[in-house]
Amino acid sequence: MANERLHLKDVHKAFGDVPVLKGINLSVKEGEMVCLIGSSGSGKSTLLRCINLLEPIDNGQIIFKGEDISEPGFDPQPVRQKIGIVFQSYNLFPHMTALANVMLAPRRVLHEPRDQLLAQATALFEKFGLADRMNHYPDQLSGGQQQRVAIVRALAMNPQIMLFDEVTSALDPELIEEVLDVLRQLRRQGMTMILATHEIGFAREAADTVCMLDEGIIIEQASPEKLFTNPSEPRTRQFLSSVLKQ
Amino acid sequence: MINRSAARVAYDKQQKTKGAVIAALSSLVVLIALVVLVPRAPGWEKVQASFFDGEILVSTFPSLLKAFLVDIAIFLWSLPAIAILGLLVALARDQKSPAMFPLRALAIGYTDIFRGVPVILTIFLIGFGIPGLGLPRPWNSPYIWGSVALVLTYSAYVAEVLRSGIESIHESQRNAGKSLGLSSSDTMRFIVLPQALRRVVPANMNMLVALQKDVALLSFIGPVEILRQAGVHKSLLANFTPYVGAAIIFLAVTIPATRYADYLLAKQHRERS
Amino acid sequence: MRQRLGIKKIVIQALVVGVTLAATSNLHAADCAAGKTMKEGVLTIATGNPAYYPWVMDNNPSSGQGFEAAVAYAVAERMGFDKENVEWTSASFDQSIQPGVKDFDFNLQQFSITEEREKVVDFSAPYYSAPMAVLVRKSAVENGAAPTIESLKTLIWGIDSNTTALAMIQETIAPSSTPLLYDDNINVVEAMKANQIDAGMFDLPTALYLGGVVLEDGVVLGQFPADRTDTPDQFGLLMEDGSALKACVDEAVLSITEDGTLAAIEAQWLQETTGVPLIK
Repeated sequence: MANERLHLKDVHKAFGDVPVLKGINLSVKEGEMVCLIGSSGSGKSTLLRCINLLEPIDNGQIIFKGEDISEPGFDPQPVRQKIGIVFQSYNLFPHMTALANVMLAPRRVLHEPRDQLLAQATALFEKFGLADRMNHYPDQLSGGQQQRVAIVRALAMNPQIMLFDEVTSALDPELIEEVLDVLRQLRRQGMTMILATHEIGFAREAADTVCMLDEGIIIEQASPEKLFTNPSEPRTRQFLSSVLKQ
Repeated sequence: MINRSAARVAYDKQQKTKGAVIAALSSLVVLIALVVLVPRAPGWEKVQASFFDGEILVSTFPSLLKAFLVDIAIFLWSLPAIAILGLLVALARDQKSPAMFPLRALAIGYTDIFRGVPVILTIFLIGFGIPGLGLPRPWNSPYIWGSVALVLTYSAYVAEVLRSGIESIHESQRNAGKSLGLSSSDTMRFIVLPQALRRVVPANMNMLVALQKDVALLSFIGPVEILRQAGVHKSLLANFTPYVGAAIIFLAVTIPATRYADYLLAKQHRERS
Repeated sequence: MRQRLGIKKIVIQALVVGVTLAATSNLHAADCAAGKTMKEGVLTIATGNPAYYPWVMDNNPSSGQGFEAAVAYAVAERMGFDKENVEWTSASFDQSIQPGVKDFDFNLQQFSITEEREKVVDFSAPYYSAPMAVLVRKSAVENGAAPTIESLKTLIWGIDSNTTALAMIQETIAPSSTPLLYDDNINVVEAMKANQIDAGMFDLPTALYLGGVVLEDGVVLGQFPADRTDTPDQFGLLMEDGSALKACVDEAVLSITEDGTLAAIEAQWLQETTGVPLIK
């Protein structure tokens, strides 16, 4: 287990009286790409937000690189720098240019020379085909471009794991592919990633592991070949057929 | 298709012209009614002599303008203090951790009290009361403590405006900041506040207009600003025309400011939709 | 119809007056107010609310106690109204000088008679000439304030802006710092307590009252002789512009002035004028 990056043990989370996560167990290895699938309200987004410590969990453990980061009183700020998250609705800062969006957190947090940070940010923009969009404001960018900037923003903190929360769901179909390309690129680089996604085709093609969530529980966890061609759970089968029908 | 849209354009244009004509006509009717009918009222001559005496207006206007400089000075030095205090109170109200409860409670109490108490009472209480505790000159000046009273009152209002602005920024923006590892103060400073401030500009413009008028209340504790100067003239001349002169000067400032605030508001609505 | 009723009332009134006062001059005066008051047979008199010592005692003008209350009843009597036929109402300064119909027959609250004011309202003959006086705190006297123009120049002045004192200060004293202005006496005194001003200018009775009752360590530093000032403040009864009652009111005021009634009232209520030095 030396290369285990993240380990969730029996994670529980409820909003008021409504349980959302009812005992999640999951291990993510370095460089692994895990896809979370399941219908809306199955708990995928909540799980990602819990890992990023945006939501405190009620019970269980989140172990990141051997350390329990879910302990009460644990300072979430340093950990969040190492765990990047990208949201469905991009959440870019509308009053800043794309470059300023990307530079803000590194400049305030990383304590590295400005020139060096700027070079790194510029390199990221170039790498993901956004070099000519650096000085644009979010409302001057297409949805796909905004989402790519959001990814660059998270990557600029040099995270050790990236969480993607339905990052293509808000996009027009013709813009989805450019974002998925970025994800493929990250995968080739060996980034450790957890994706909540409805893109079954992409999960099938790129994921190492696919987890089927249903009512706050991972009911099936397998390789994509196994899960998509021969799921063992009837509810997985039901979900897949409903998704594929669309 | 082209024909139809051309017809539409023509129709729109016609409607617009029609609207303008109706507006102009009805304005004219109202104006004529005012100009013709009001002077026919039996008491008009007396009212005109008391409120609209041209000679008095001309002779008192320069001294009113000079007194208005006092208003402007008080306004200008109160403004930065209101901005800073209002922001601090708004931030204090936004504190969510239990350790900050006393601060938050203090801020809530402050805004409740100073928004609830009539401005004039605050001005008397602070303008006379605090110097009455035994401050030496010049630190007991009514200019200082009257301004403090205005600052305390208006900061309470501005704090509420800012707080509404801060709360209008979607939680996802804060989350985005937090998720990048920014501290909550950095998140507030770089992400929430810049957006919130922009959003409350129109509301604060209205605050400025109100403040500009309330500066005149300082005359109750001594300073001879425009409204008091007008009052002096009124008292000596037994005529209200100097107040009309003061009103003209006020309107010359507040109408453009109000129009500008409306313009900003309309612009904001356009941008959001 | 209305006229007949009026005559009937006047006859009754004349009889009442004749029986109670048994003076022929009163019968004559009573005629002059007939049909000219706001309410037939009743004289409506306004004063400020609150009205202060020594003008009206205990804010109760109908007691007849206090200089203006006593003057009002004396004037009313000469006009042919006995105590029961006098009704009191209150009116603010601003209300009183507004154009239009008044809701009083005459109004007395230390209105200084000025030419400008006479354009919009009517004043009776003066019933009092008030000398102006300077009120300071003990601390000012200790700091060397004296009843000389030279000394008064150096003080910071506060004035009730509704009075004519501002013009007088600027003309007679010409102080080195701009006077501060207030809405009423009480605020002037409050500013003195806050040490924001050194001195206030009031007519003598007011100064005595404020210095004796309101301001604990108040001292009336000095008074200007009425003839020393260019325009000594004279108080008149205020009436609506063009009031039909004016002649009658004037006659009554002159009557109490001539026969010494007014002087007696003044001596009774405003006798403390002595003991305050003249300003040199």
